[in-house]
Amino acid sequence: MHAHPVEAAPAAGGPNASPGPRGGVRTSPLAEGLLEVEGVSTGYGSFRALFDVSLHVDEGEILAVIGANGAGKSTLLKTICGLLRTEDSTVRFDGRPIGTLPAHKRVGLGISLVPEGRLVFPSLTVHENLLVGGHSRRTGPWSVSKVRELFPLLDRLMDKQAAHLSGGEQQALAIGRGLMANPRLLLLDEVSLGLAPIVVTELYKAIPRIVAEGTTLIIVEQDIGQAVAVADRIVCLLEGRVVLQGRPDEVTREQISAAYFGI
Amino acid sequence: MAWLNDVIQGILLGGLYALFAAGLSLIFGVMRLVNLAHGDLSLLAAYAALLIVGPLDINPFLSIFLVVLLVAVFGYILQRGFLNFALEDDPMPTILATFGLSIVIQNLLLEVFSANSKGLDAGTIETQALKITDQISIGWFPLITLVTSVVVLFALQLYLNRTRMGRAFRATSDNQEAAQLMGIDNRHLYGLAMAIALGIVAIAGVFLGIRTTFNPSVGPARLIFAYEAVIIGGLGSVWGTLVGGMLLGVAQTIGAHLDPGWGVLAGHLLFLAVLVLRPRGLFAKQVQA
Ligand SMILES: Nc1ncnc2c1ncn2[C@@H]1O[C@H](COP(=O)(O)OP(=O)(O)OP(=O)(O)O)[C@@H](O)[C@H]1O
Ligand SMILES: [Mg+2]
Repeated sequence: MHAHPVEAAPAAGGPNASPGPRGGVRTSPLAEGLLEVEGVSTGYGSFRALFDVSLHVDEGEILAVIGANGAGKSTLLKTICGLLRTEDSTVRFDGRPIGTLPAHKRVGLGISLVPEGRLVFPSLTVHENLLVGGHSRRTGPWSVSKVRELFPLLDRLMDKQAAHLSGGEQQALAIGRGLMANPRLLLLDEVSLGLAPIVVTELYKAIPRIVAEGTTLIIVEQDIGQAVAVADRIVCLLEGRVVLQGRPDEVTREQISAAYFGI
Repeated sequence: MAWLNDVIQGILLGGLYALFAAGLSLIFGVMRLVNLAHGDLSLLAAYAALLIVGPLDINPFLSIFLVVLLVAVFGYILQRGFLNFALEDDPMPTILATFGLSIVIQNLLLEVFSANSKGLDAGTIETQALKITDQISIGWFPLITLVTSVVVLFALQLYLNRTRMGRAFRATSDNQEAAQLMGIDNRHLYGLAMAIALGIVAIAGVFLGIRTTFNPSVGPARLIFAYEAVIIGGLGSVWGTLVGGMLLGVAQTIGAHLDPGWGVLAGHLLFLAVLVLRPRGLFAKQVQA
């Protein structure tokens, strides 16, 4: 379909596989990552949004998924978190097939999505939003007080209704709410959407601290800069297909823009 | 003084309307489902009480506990086994489904219990009253009804505000998809909501069954009163529903005082006035999802 598919990612265990500190390239073709997505094709009704998408994420890694408007990034995250269901074996988490599991059960396994547009609960207070985030929480490091430490800006807002928060405050709340479940894998969909750059920089400061607690991250962004800067590995989607994968030092900006715009 | 008596009687009656309305409001709030069978389901509870009090030889008041349990379990099964499948973004399928349910219940009751009016007999308490002045006396039974309503609504409010499941109800009401992302099983939650709603309306059904006689066709009229109380009070507010029920009750008793035939009409007029002047009700929840 595309004249020049860009394929920068070395195949698993390929010749130039250099085992990094955190596995970008798999050391063994048999080792399962924390998350394995294999040949997912899905969409909405008769409309197909993803075509044979495969990727993997290792424990402790930050994967950035980038792509233009409508590339299928959110659809991919919905497939991973269970808002969209597929065949069981096409999504595996910690070795377990979960493709048909509903979203609420995947939360219990340790997959949480911070959705595009935040979707905080407007009539609930900030504190209540966090408590609802912990509805089926696993045991783990995150608690209301820990989230308040992570995002000090939420501290004085605890009794305020979420509807009255600014965009940046809502995003911080949405991330904190997601952490309350103590996920092993946290999916962040367009954290930077509609926010001032300085606010985005503030929010991204939380990411190393989240990873330090042992959480694996998939970050979806349209804005390449922020995501690529923190990511261990990049996957680029174009019109529902994976067109580029690799570590940030392996791919050039030209390759990224080519994959992004499909030129 | 006679007017004051009307107001008092209306407030007492309004407690009962609020009990009818609370479940309707809860269901609509949590899953945007307009339950057209709500009134018929309250009747089902009254007939269930009728079946229980005979063989067990107990006062209808005591039967309430068992009836509430039965109807709540029925509500859960009804939701998970039937209504969940009709839930879509479009409200029409559930409107049709509950309309059908309403007709099925009416016909079933007609078949089993005939069209004759039945009543629940709670004994002398039904006629005893507290005499305040020559003109004002407060019946024990209406007073018990009102106290029960307030206690039940208070408990519901506490449940919604303070408990983990209560918060899940409110979160789901705000955003159903985001609630699932928090690990909330919405199908189960809808079942619970229906169980609670029908449990509450079962109490109302038995109380009204003690207060007046009933037959299989009176369900829809009860639905209308409940609906009016919800709209007058404003959606999403438990105390608004209580006030809405009381205002409706007062309007009806004052109307009936003017002319025995005007009671229900006066209630409808108040409802229309609120719809025109404050379409979102008097105490609507401030933040809407
Ligand atoms: N609920 C839906 N129903 C029908 N089509 C949808 C739906 N959601 C997304 N799509 C379509 O699926 C395709 C992929 O959408 P998706 O939301 O995954 O893109 P995206 O990469 O997240 O885009 P954006 O950067 O704008 O968020 C688009 O063509 C979109 O129009
Ligand atoms: Mg998106």
